[in-house]
Amino acid sequence: MSDLNIEIDEEVDITNVVCPVTFVKAKVALEELDDGQVLKIHLNDGEPVQNVPRSLKDEGHQILKLIDNEDGTYDLIVRKVEE
Amino acid sequence: MAFTDEQLERYSRHIILKEIGVKGQKKLNNGKVLIIGAGGLGAPAAMYLAAAGVGTIGIVDADAVDLSNLQRQIIHTTNDIGKLKVESAKETMNAINPDITVNTYHEFVTSENINDLIKDYDFIIDGTDNFPAKFLINDACVMAGKPFSHAGIIRFKGQLMTVVPGEGPCYRCVFKNPPPKDAVPTCKQAGVIGAMGGVIGSLQAMEAVKYITGVGELLVGYLLTYDALSMEFHKIKLPPRGKGCAVCSDTPSITELIDYEQAACEWHPGDKNA
Repeated sequence: MSDLNIEIDEEVDITNVVCPVTFVKAKVALEELDDGQVLKIHLNDGEPVQNVPRSLKDEGHQILKLIDNEDGTYDLIVRKVEE
Repeated sequence: MAFTDEQLERYSRHIILKEIGVKGQKKLNNGKVLIIGAGGLGAPAAMYLAAAGVGTIGIVDADAVDLSNLQRQIIHTTNDIGKLKVESAKETMNAINPDITVNTYHEFVTSENINDLIKDYDFIIDGTDNFPAKFLINDACVMAGKPFSHAGIIRFKGQLMTVVPGEGPCYRCVFKNPPPKDAVPTCKQAGVIGAMGGVIGSLQAMEAVKYITGVGELLVGYLLTYDALSMEFHKIKLPPRGKGCAVCSDTPSITELIDYEQAACEWHPGDKNA
């Protein structure tokens, strides 16, 4: 993550749950933040990484970065955008 | 109040919705809805609102479960025959969702008790089957400023409208006065197709959910009618509120609640004298 100069305000791990609770937990974490704050989401390869970023984007949030941890997990960096 | 993992899973299909989210679900959990009548309309409405996690649901009904109810009142089962409807309804609702509080009121609504019944609730669902109760609910809700959903079903037809006092016409703006006693058949005399309660009662639950969460447009200022045989819905625009209405105009002629006479039509197979 050395190339990442974005300040992370909060982190959430959703590797322990399956769809759709993955997105629900990400959404709950984002709702706790203020507009413009940044959330790091630790998520699994496969369905979560295919669906969670797209769903968050559909809600208007800004996807800043998706980091492949090369261990079957990813870190998704999202900036909260209030409507 | 944060949601537990179990609650997140239970309400996940709501929370995923952009329009509802965590905030909307919390509003539902803090919401209070009173359902008057645990029958054809009230049964599906109560079940959906319980499932949705509406935190406090009141049920008013003076009757016991009868075999002839079961063709449409899906909150009650064959094993519930003879039980108070409010108790049977509460059991089903808590079986669906143990998170919620169900308050039961084993009584008919009257001009004496209705203000006490509605005062602690955010939204009222009229699931009654007679005109005196419908006019009483309208007048009491208008006077107390409580939003409510009116509905009626008979044979293959159903209708509903949402009244938000001050924001649109009330039931009395449209229908003026109860019809003369026995002029209109009740669903006991005329029959009603079972799923009609499901269609219309579910729409009432939907209006309650929309009101509590503040999502979308309510059915205020419109009457929605459904004819199952021709498979037609009509959304009829109603005249604006108040002009000449006896209860919701700025100069109402009705300022006290009225107990209209019930139609004397009750034939019951269990009645010795029937």
